[in-house]
Amino acid sequence: MTAKIEMNNVVKSFGSKEVLKGINLSIEKGESLVIIGGSGTGKSVTLKCVLGLIKPDSGSIKIDGQEITTLETHEHDILMRQFGMLFQGGALFDSLPVWENVAFGLIHGQKMDKISARTIALKKIKAVGMDESVADLYPAELSGGMQKRISLARAIATTPDVIFFDEPTTGLDPIMADVINNLIRQCVKDLGATAMTITHDMASARKIADKIAMIHDGQIIWSGTVEEMDNTDNLYIEQFIHGRAEGPITNNSDIVA
Amino acid sequence: MTLLLNSCQNIGATLLGFLASIGRVAFFAGQSVGHIFKGPFFVRNLLRQFMDIGYYSLPVVGLTALFTGMVLALQSYTGFSRFNAEGAVAAVVILSITRELAPVLAGLMVAGRVGASIAAEIGTMRVTEQIDALSTLSVNPYKYLIVPRILAGTLMLPILVLIGDLIGVFGGYLVSIHVLDFGVGSYLSQSWDTLETIDVVSGLTKAAVFGFLVSLMGCYHGFNSGRGAQGVGAATTNAVVSSSILILVFNYVITQVFFS
Ligand SMILES: Nc1ncnc2c1ncn2[C@@H]1O[C@H](COP(=O)(O)OP(=O)(O)OP(=O)(O)O)[C@@H](O)[C@H]1O
Ligand SMILES: [Mg+2]
Repeated sequence: MTAKIEMNNVVKSFGSKEVLKGINLSIEKGESLVIIGGSGTGKSVTLKCVLGLIKPDSGSIKIDGQEITTLETHEHDILMRQFGMLFQGGALFDSLPVWENVAFGLIHGQKMDKISARTIALKKIKAVGMDESVADLYPAELSGGMQKRISLARAIATTPDVIFFDEPTTGLDPIMADVINNLIRQCVKDLGATAMTITHDMASARKIADKIAMIHDGQIIWSGTVEEMDNTDNLYIEQFIHGRAEGPITNNSDIVA
Repeated sequence: MTLLLNSCQNIGATLLGFLASIGRVAFFAGQSVGHIFKGPFFVRNLLRQFMDIGYYSLPVVGLTALFTGMVLALQSYTGFSRFNAEGAVAAVVILSITRELAPVLAGLMVAGRVGASIAAEIGTMRVTEQIDALSTLSVNPYKYLIVPRILAGTLMLPILVLIGDLIGVFGGYLVSIHVLDFGVGSYLSQSWDTLETIDVVSGLTKAAVFGFLVSLMGCYHGFNSGRGAQGVGAATTNAVVSSSILILVFNYVITQVFFS
């Protein structure tokens, strides 16, 4: 069986700064992968490479066995229809009201009429734990956490096959975070979506993940199940999940040196 | 010797950089124009840009034209009276307005108003990843953002300039009649007799080109904005400066093409 997403030796530099130094990663269909790792290690860049928003310098990325780094723009647009993405910063369209943000992919991607699209949008707004009354507000009128949830609603509104969540629970209170965790779990379990989530929130990671991968210094240095993570003697994982300032992650970086 | 070599090297590098950026702008323009003819079309965005670029620029362009026409009548009268050629005032006003001043001044005003706001808006969308979000929602950013703005710029500026022509000539007329004591009938007939179709057509052609340039530079710099508030700020400045310079350059080129 071919993996849903497969990254092989993906390398990306910005100027002289090498961010990804050979990422190898594969996700099966219907699997939920959580990526953990320090700030600035290239997690968001990794997602953007798969989405084609950033072109890797070298390496291969395959979706359903099809190489995507060499696709033409319009072929890529078509491929994108099965993808949903929650951006780390929300990336809501500030010129559109909340409901149109959520319904954007339905109206423009799937050519749905506005009335049905609005109905679905309202449902999704409720699903992320918000009141329907926010539908006609503009994103700038919402709090940071509310924007994040609307952005999540937008990412899942088209019920995509593959969903990427970049820090879905950052900036949310613990209760809302759990609502979102359940929602992501539900997308994978009930809808059969393949999910890739970046998070620093270990409680969330444990809840969402079928598999966890840790990225450090531009490479995947460990991957396994939650259970394996708890029993591993990998010092990097240990340090990260216990949140210690001292350990191998910080030792060879410039923080200590 | 090394100093000479170094400065040659610097000049060479600057020149290469300049040529490279012309190439990038041309590529961007080609991409954008290509998307104009292929759907899907975002009509609502286009209408909004018609309003933003056309309708809301009316006051600025109208005032500019009015005072330009007025000062033109005054200046040409005081200048020409030295040669006893006051009779040429009407002709000078209408030709300068239609051929040169309405398109160039409207273009520059719109560059400041619209070029800057396009660059700031699209730049902010780039920086806050809204442009990336468009792609992930299977909407092509060129079609959704760039095409409506370039179309609106290219189509609206000629209309603005036509209105500016009328207002500018009217401004000259006001000053000539009420301040300089010209006769209404003779002033109007002189104006009308001087004017030829090509004067207006060349002015409107300029307007369309300037409108295209302003919106193109706004979109280009916004689309390629650097990161953060600083990036957006630089994009805005670059959009205004580059479109103003391009307006002046193309003004010369188009005049040459039409009148020689
Ligand atoms: N468009 C870009 N241009 C230049 N450098 C970039 C760009 N995008 C990311 N980087 C750099 O790549 C590195 C990794 O960025 P990335 O956003 O992937 O980090 P991250 O792992 O998601 O961190 P965080 O957990 O803080 O979100 C950073 O050092 C960043 O400065
Ligand atoms: Mg990130």
